[in-house]
Amino acid sequence: MNWLVPLPVVMPLLGAAVTLLLRRHPNLQRTVSLVILAATLAVAVALLALTASGDPLIVAVGGWAAPMGIVLVADQLAALMLVVSAAVTLCVLVYSIGQGMADQDDAVPVAVYHPAYLILTAGVTNAFLAGDLFNLYVGFEILLAASYVLITIGATKSRIRDGTTYVVVSLLSSLIFLTAIGLIYGATGTLNLAQLADRLDALPDGLQLGLQSMLLLAFGIKAAVFPLSAWLPDSYPTAIAPVTAVFAGLLTKVGVYAIIRTQTLLFPDGPADDAILIAALLTMVVGILGAVAQSDIKRLLSFTLVSHIGYMLFGIGLASSAGLSGAIFYVVHHIVIQTTLFLAAGLVERRGGTTALEHLGGLARLAPLLGVLFFLPALNLAGIPPFSGFLGKLGLLQAGVANGGVLAWLLVSGGVITSLLTLYAIGRVWNLAFWRTPRPETVAADGAASVRVLPRLMVGATLALVVLGTGLTVVSGPLFDVTGQAAQELLDREPYIQAVFPEEAP
Amino acid sequence: MSTNLLLVIVVGVLFAAGVTLLLERSLTRVILGITMLGNGVNVLILLGGAYGGPPIVGVTPEPGMSDPLTQAMILTAIVITLGMTAFLLAMAYRSWLLTGHDDVQDDVEDRRIMERAERDQGLEDQDSPPVTAAGPDNSDQAGQR
Repeated sequence: MNWLVPLPVVMPLLGAAVTLLLRRHPNLQRTVSLVILAATLAVAVALLALTASGDPLIVAVGGWAAPMGIVLVADQLAALMLVVSAAVTLCVLVYSIGQGMADQDDAVPVAVYHPAYLILTAGVTNAFLAGDLFNLYVGFEILLAASYVLITIGATKSRIRDGTTYVVVSLLSSLIFLTAIGLIYGATGTLNLAQLADRLDALPDGLQLGLQSMLLLAFGIKAAVFPLSAWLPDSYPTAIAPVTAVFAGLLTKVGVYAIIRTQTLLFPDGPADDAILIAALLTMVVGILGAVAQSDIKRLLSFTLVSHIGYMLFGIGLASSAGLSGAIFYVVHHIVIQTTLFLAAGLVERRGGTTALEHLGGLARLAPLLGVLFFLPALNLAGIPPFSGFLGKLGLLQAGVANGGVLAWLLVSGGVITSLLTLYAIGRVWNLAFWRTPRPETVAADGAASVRVLPRLMVGATLALVVLGTGLTVVSGPLFDVTGQAAQELLDREPYIQAVFPEEAP
Repeated sequence: MSTNLLLVIVVGVLFAAGVTLLLERSLTRVILGITMLGNGVNVLILLGGAYGGPPIVGVTPEPGMSDPLTQAMILTAIVITLGMTAFLLAMAYRSWLLTGHDDVQDDVEDRRIMERAERDQGLEDQDSPPVTAAGPDNSDQAGQR
């Protein structure tokens, strides 16, 4: 069944080409995109089932054997990430189709939207499957190039301004990554991850640490780790709602995934673990303090996004099986929840005409369903039992307590405080936007039916994600089994290396 | 493996010039900086591989071959940098069309915080008249809000 492995990359790329050709036929374009992403989801689920035994699936692209050619590796972590990302991208696509059909305007050039969106998906899946550092770089570039197009779509003044920040910062991180690749190749003569796992050990400690910190720096910018996170709340909120949602859900997590992969496989001794833990603490606390100070829902959510990246880093920094398992669980949970919240924020913007809290009010009475769509994932994000946000945080905190170090305890308390502050920030949104009496301007605008009735597809897609996010709670037992096994595989390193080089150690 | 000192110096100069340009406000200069940095990284990658004759079996004996892999990587990187530069240039042009310049602008939120800080400053020493020329400007905007 190895032939399944390249499909999540190949299908969206082909789909992008087809949708570009079909730019004059919006209906066909939508159908092709939907079919492609649904097929990607199906393949991802199949890959997750196939890798459950613990044997990663390998494909040597073009038939060139491992150290020379490029390999795609689907282990359990990669397959899990593929499933979640495919599910989320599919839902967001449905949402954006709903939005496009409801608007019927030419402000958003839909012709570019679909190909760019599919290429973004291909980049994300390629990054997840890459078994080679350079291929990981290419995956990042594919998804970034598509994201540049998506974030500046329409090229309005504000989008160009915020897009500039985003593009320049992303390019800088790519250049740092590429420099690290050049140095690693110079030092070891290979870029294959499995071979690097072996050869990097032989390098002097100082050199290893230098290479590791360069990779961490590059991925830290992409994952929005404090103090490299300032670009994110400035650039995400101005894009159109589905784009913001998919960026917030997926793109930073690709950075987190790259950190998990390189930390566990290439640098297992972990001299940088303490630094990661400190960065995690600062990311959590500074991020959430930023969120508390915001008066716009989208900006507030962007800050919670930064803040909760800290939880994932916390698990990575602990470097224990329980910590990694918690981090992977949290990544899965957070991809779904953060995307849902941004989609809900898009619906709020549609209903209330703005996401600025001072102009909103009474939405719970005006649009009860929208209230539910926002309320459930919001509680989930804050970590109210029994939601998956609570379980993920609990897993991480337990791993922190099990570690028992001073730093780990600091992080445990930081995690609890962040969770409480998230609840406060989210509660403020709820109070101001949903609970108080409706603002006169909202009521005045309520006469138009186009405002009162939210497009069914948009609500449906958000609802699907809310159900998925809430469903994570129900399946959290099996999901923790999967993440635990994935974490164990990562720490062992052997299954991955054995799968790439079956006969002998390279 | 011997390393070419001249190329190392070239890498250093390209990186230094690139970083300096990257810190500029004008987007065109930032683009130039990114191009320079990209070229610097490419030369750096080239330094990572062996130096020698063309890597073709039959033309060069195997020990004297240069490393083809670094060149393949550089080609990929050049293509990517080209695409990104084109996109950035388009963005700079669009910015110029919309605003008349291509300076990277302040974030709206940043400016608001700065204004608020200035206003607080003004409240603290309200006995003395506002020192900055921005004082009346601020009260104007507060009124609008």
